[in-house]
Amino acid sequence: MLKINKLNKSYGVNKALTEVDLNVSEGVVFGLLGPNGAGKTTLIRIINQIIDSDSGEVYIGGELLAPKHIGLIGYLPEERGLYKKMKVWDQMLYFARLKGLSPHEAKLKIKYWLEKLEMETWKDKKIEDLSKGMAQKVQFISTIIHNPPLLILDEPFSGFDPVNAEIIKNEILELKEKGTTVILSTHRMESVELLCDQVAMINRSKKILDGTIKQVKSIYRPEVYTITLDHLTRDLPTEWISKEDEGSYSFTLPLSGKLPNELLNELMQYGQVSQFQELIPSMEEIFIHQVKSTENG
Amino acid sequence: MDKIWLVIQREYVARVKKKSFLLVTLLTPLIFPAIMGIFVWIALEEEDNQALRIIEVVDDNKLFFLESSEQYAFSFSDINSEEAKKLVQDGDRYGFLHIPKFDIKDPTGISFYGEENPSMSLISYLENNLRKKIEEQRLFESGIDPKIINDVRTKVAIKSITLDEEGTETVSDATVNYAIGFVAGILIYMFIFIYGNQIMQGVIEEKSSRIVEILVSSLKPFQLMLGKIIGIAGVGLTQLLIWIVLVGTLTTIVTGFLGMQMPQQQAMELANPELAQGLAQNTEMGEILQVIAGINYMEIALSFVFYFLGGYLLYGALFAAIGSAVDAPSDAQQFMLPVTIPLIVAYMGLFVFVLNDPTSTTSFWLSVVPLTSPIAMMGRVSYGVPFWELALSMGLLIVGFLFTTWVAGKIYRIGILMHGTKPSYKTLWKWIKTNN
Repeated sequence: MLKINKLNKSYGVNKALTEVDLNVSEGVVFGLLGPNGAGKTTLIRIINQIIDSDSGEVYIGGELLAPKHIGLIGYLPEERGLYKKMKVWDQMLYFARLKGLSPHEAKLKIKYWLEKLEMETWKDKKIEDLSKGMAQKVQFISTIIHNPPLLILDEPFSGFDPVNAEIIKNEILELKEKGTTVILSTHRMESVELLCDQVAMINRSKKILDGTIKQVKSIYRPEVYTITLDHLTRDLPTEWISKEDEGSYSFTLPLSGKLPNELLNELMQYGQVSQFQELIPSMEEIFIHQVKSTENG
Repeated sequence: MDKIWLVIQREYVARVKKKSFLLVTLLTPLIFPAIMGIFVWIALEEEDNQALRIIEVVDDNKLFFLESSEQYAFSFSDINSEEAKKLVQDGDRYGFLHIPKFDIKDPTGISFYGEENPSMSLISYLENNLRKKIEEQRLFESGIDPKIINDVRTKVAIKSITLDEEGTETVSDATVNYAIGFVAGILIYMFIFIYGNQIMQGVIEEKSSRIVEILVSSLKPFQLMLGKIIGIAGVGLTQLLIWIVLVGTLTTIVTGFLGMQMPQQQAMELANPELAQGLAQNTEMGEILQVIAGINYMEIALSFVFYFLGGYLLYGALFAAIGSAVDAPSDAQQFMLPVTIPLIVAYMGLFVFVLNDPTSTTSFWLSVVPLTSPIAMMGRVSYGVPFWELALSMGLLIVGFLFTTWVAGKIYRIGILMHGTKPSYKTLWKWIKTNN
């Protein structure tokens, strides 16, 4: 769906993107991760043709990105707003028409979405009279009103209350089912594991990691196991710092060059092994590890 | 192009639909005549109701006599100045004019005492009267009868006629031309300021409420800027059109009303073209009518629309650029100076140079340089401007607004996405130079 080749962008002396490559397959939810200021928004703005890159190419559906592709993308920026004095209906119509829908199409789509999210009664209200959550829904509908095959959401859940966040999350998943490709940019990495199929991590203008969630997780395996032993048959070595809870001893151990089975064998000599599980790092930990290893190497 | 049109529509409809637009549009043509009417009425009332003010005159020369008017009466009694002062302090007299003994060739020391500051009109009334008296006295002393002076006083009025290359003669009158230039120049000045500010506010609103990021993912910043400028121009033109229609209708109604009260004969004279012509040639009023008829309205109207739009577009782009560079209206102040100064220069120039001497070198330059020409040239058009000067001025204005729009576009496209930084002129210059 989207292919990015050696993209570079700098603002004066500051590099915002350095040789970034990306490949987003069709119909996936793609997580674009990285801390604030890493270059995510710049990348998204380039895809949206808001700014131009210094060098490198962006292909969308196999074609070099051009102004005619504007209608293929739905974009929800991190910083978003609506015309306060405009009515919900007029506002949606304006955004839909700007994305190239005919007046007739636009009206049908708006009606459909207003009904779907139970908002018909708001259509003649001004934005300034709506609650924040309502306005956010209007914003979301405005983003997807033209049925874009590619949806780019920059921090979509920031500022949403939990109820609306859930509604939006379900809508995103439903759109994905229908074949929409979704790029989800966020610095809150704990939220991506549930939603994303693929991820890419960006730090200080460079892509430092990408792949499916499973691939990414396999890149960084600290090879540490969490272990619980019951019915001890002999004392544990003192360097194994453990926590005792009613005769159960829990602790973590690194493999230290052994095979998992060798470690398990060793443990069995101390008692009944009731838990032996590899510790899977969170996205956050993977990110931190990756940042350290790229900086050191 | 479609998208610019959508932006134009939105900007236009959003503003025209506002209640404030309707109010301002309908009330403005009524407010000015109403305020003037109220002032005139109050002034008349005041004159009617004012108590007669008595002024005590002590003239040590025994020479002067002042005629009482509706407002002031002069009392000449043989009291000394101390007694007269007392009268003022007691409130028996409004004021006290003391004319000490002086040499008629060097009248000094005349003073006016009053409980309150006397009005300018009273002082000048007194001064005029005393001056006349002294002049008469001196003429008399040098052996000239003041009556002769009165007899030789003559009134001269010059009828000014402009001749063009074909030999057509047009009666012109500086007062009428002045009035037309004055009104047209001020209208353009106000329009640029009011609507330029609207552009700026609109841009700041879109920027600060972050709508702009969504908009520019759908269309080019330049399209957005242009759409806004043109949309607001539409609002201004609509307002102007409504004003013209309103003022036209009101004038027709008022003159129709006055016409009914006009004596039958005069109305008939006006209705009969031959008689009217006779009237036109003979009376002063007729001359003014002739002047008004002789003005090339088509040329003035067309130039007005051109300079109206040209000036607005030139400055509108700059206002948009300022709006894009700042986060809040209060930050805009620092960039307003380069925009307001040429406007004020043009405005001052209109009064100081252009209207007084439309063909001077300063007037020429003011009406040709694009930053001042929309206002300055309107002061000249009604006097008649050589074709090549008009063409040069218009051509430069077109070049000028293309240039400011281009510069503004460069600032705008970067500025609208910048938040939290207060740009300086240096950063703006950097933005202009950036290609992406």
